[in-house]
Amino acid sequence: MDFVYIERVLPLYKRAAVLTVRLGIEGTLLAIVIGLFCALILYEKIPILRQFVMFYIELSRNTPLLVQLFFIYYGLPKTGIMLTPEICGVAGLAFLGGSYMAEAFRSGLESVEDIQRECAYSLGMNKVQIMRYVVLPQAVSTSIPAFLANIIFLLKETSVFSAISLMDLMFTAKDLIGLYYKTSESLVLLVVFYLMILLPVSIIGTVVERRMQYAGFGA
Amino acid sequence: MPDLGLEVLQKGSNFIRLIEGFWVAVEISLFSIAISIPLGVFLGILMTRKNKLIRFLTKFYLDFIRIMPQLVLLFLVFFGTTRSMGWNLSGEMAAVIVFVLWGTAEMGDLVRSALLSIPRHQYESSVALGFSRIQTYFYIILPQTLRRLIPVSINLITRMIKTTSLILMIGVVEVLKVGQQIIEANRMTSPNAAFGIFFVIFILYFVICWSVSMIARYLERKWS
Amino acid sequence: MADTVLEIKNLVKKFNEHIIINGLNLKVQEGEVIVILGPSGCGKSTLLRCINGLEEIQSGSIKVQGRETVGNKKNAVLLRQKIGMVFQSYDLFPHLSVLGNIMLSPVKVQKRKKDEVKKEALELLEKVGLSDKADSYPRQLSGGQKQRVAIVRALILHPEILLFDEVTAALDPEMVREVLDVILGLAKQRRTMLIVTHEMQFAKAVADRIVFMDESKIIEEGGAKEFFEHPRTERAKKFLNVFTFEDIR
Repeated sequence: MDFVYIERVLPLYKRAAVLTVRLGIEGTLLAIVIGLFCALILYEKIPILRQFVMFYIELSRNTPLLVQLFFIYYGLPKTGIMLTPEICGVAGLAFLGGSYMAEAFRSGLESVEDIQRECAYSLGMNKVQIMRYVVLPQAVSTSIPAFLANIIFLLKETSVFSAISLMDLMFTAKDLIGLYYKTSESLVLLVVFYLMILLPVSIIGTVVERRMQYAGFGA
Repeated sequence: MPDLGLEVLQKGSNFIRLIEGFWVAVEISLFSIAISIPLGVFLGILMTRKNKLIRFLTKFYLDFIRIMPQLVLLFLVFFGTTRSMGWNLSGEMAAVIVFVLWGTAEMGDLVRSALLSIPRHQYESSVALGFSRIQTYFYIILPQTLRRLIPVSINLITRMIKTTSLILMIGVVEVLKVGQQIIEANRMTSPNAAFGIFFVIFILYFVICWSVSMIARYLERKWS
Repeated sequence: MADTVLEIKNLVKKFNEHIIINGLNLKVQEGEVIVILGPSGCGKSTLLRCINGLEEIQSGSIKVQGRETVGNKKNAVLLRQKIGMVFQSYDLFPHLSVLGNIMLSPVKVQKRKKDEVKKEALELLEKVGLSDKADSYPRQLSGGQKQRVAIVRALILHPEILLFDEVTAALDPEMVREVLDVILGLAKQRRTMLIVTHEMQFAKAVADRIVFMDESKIIEEGGAKEFFEHPRTERAKKFLNVFTFEDIR
């Protein structure tokens, strides 16, 4: 291990990690919004929109992010839609993640029993109130484990961002391997940085899942 | 009608080349899954054992493979082995190694949870009937887990096919690379080829993965 | 003469082609306690669900205080607050505390002041013997406690009529009493109530009038004492006999 080298390139990795995390968070947040909307549309069985959402989910789940990104980044400009690499990355991640989040929220919504809605209804609540005060809080908390798993999945998927010339961790590692032939050091740093990003989320996920198994609300 | 660069596909053997490029990706995933399934079954059985050391090692393996982006694993194998072991792996070989490592881990976890879902008394009654451990797995447990396993393993195939798109990044000539080559070669005559080519690749992936997941969904419904 | 709180005329309810309720008429006066009896599947639970608007009806009319609930959505939401319902499966909202469960509807739907609602909620909890559970969560309560909270949750909306749908059917035997006592207390206050139950002794004690249903119709109705001691129809006799037989065992 060449520690002088490691110290020298550390700032590059830090910068790349910040980019990875920032784009990851932006894409994930957008994916949550898309997912929530899609889940509500499916759950409420809104005609036409529902078919549209189902088509989107199939499309997004059955194509790789890299191919989605190539299309957005290299293909779309030919139709006049020019996006910066960062926007492409976030858009691609949101397009991919939206369907996964939608599935997580939808199964959460479906896990709320009918009788809960009936109770709320008999207490005089209207549809919106039932959704907001009774169904949604329960649905969101049951979908938390799936939701956290999706966040890890999406953060991992950001690794293909280097293909659209974003200087993320993969880009940095590959660049440095090519420049200095310090393969082991570059790869070790790559692994360490990804672990630093992903391990905390993964640990939170495990803890939450365990808590949800044994307890419930008011634990 | 705007020029979307679809005419490139009709030129010469361009479309055939794309399909061939795609076939490279499919081949690698099918080959990898074929190796992963038996290894995964073995790993899954291993993971249900009580031995603490075995448990720790298998858990560590699974968690490490799962937490790392597959692209990082590809880099580790492709660049890493050249340096530390002096191998000179082709991109294809590195891809197969990574997909087998990853596929075995995922398959192992699926097998483990399928095995754990078989009630205890099934094991106990087969022991009571005088079956050996191997016979118990072979005649009693595996047939029951198979129905649960087949749909989820088919899903794993679609995940693998999707992930093969990454092998472009370690220099394997697959569909995206072929696409880039076609775009490059026709830069003068069809400047908009990037749209058409990447659109077609997008659709290709979709059609294959979607059909395979439909089969999985059908089997899941039929057997549940 | 007391006012009519609830009036049902020619109610017909079908599931697909299957008739659940076939032309039912019922009038409930203010302060009256009616117990609906009948073998399972006779349509008594469905009747309550229809009154509360949980089920669409095929024809007939349901009036609360003279106002039609059927086919008028706006009216229905307002009127539903006049009807309190407690279900068999004591379904409190698991994500809210006891107080949260009770206060949700008065605060969010009726837009009443939080302090005033909280004060009333605590008084009601006191009356059902649960003042120490105000901040507990549903999963920390026993079935009987949950059911008492569900009753308070319905009461706080000041309903004109309360519907009880087999509220003790899912409870362990030792918890049945505490819930029935609460309902008896409400009867003493002259609350208007419509109760579906399988507890015969309780029905005898609490009811002003018994409505006996079988095969999607009302077969017999009358005073509680009269019904239990001198049932007029063969089917009611048979129904009561079945239960006496079980009692002896």
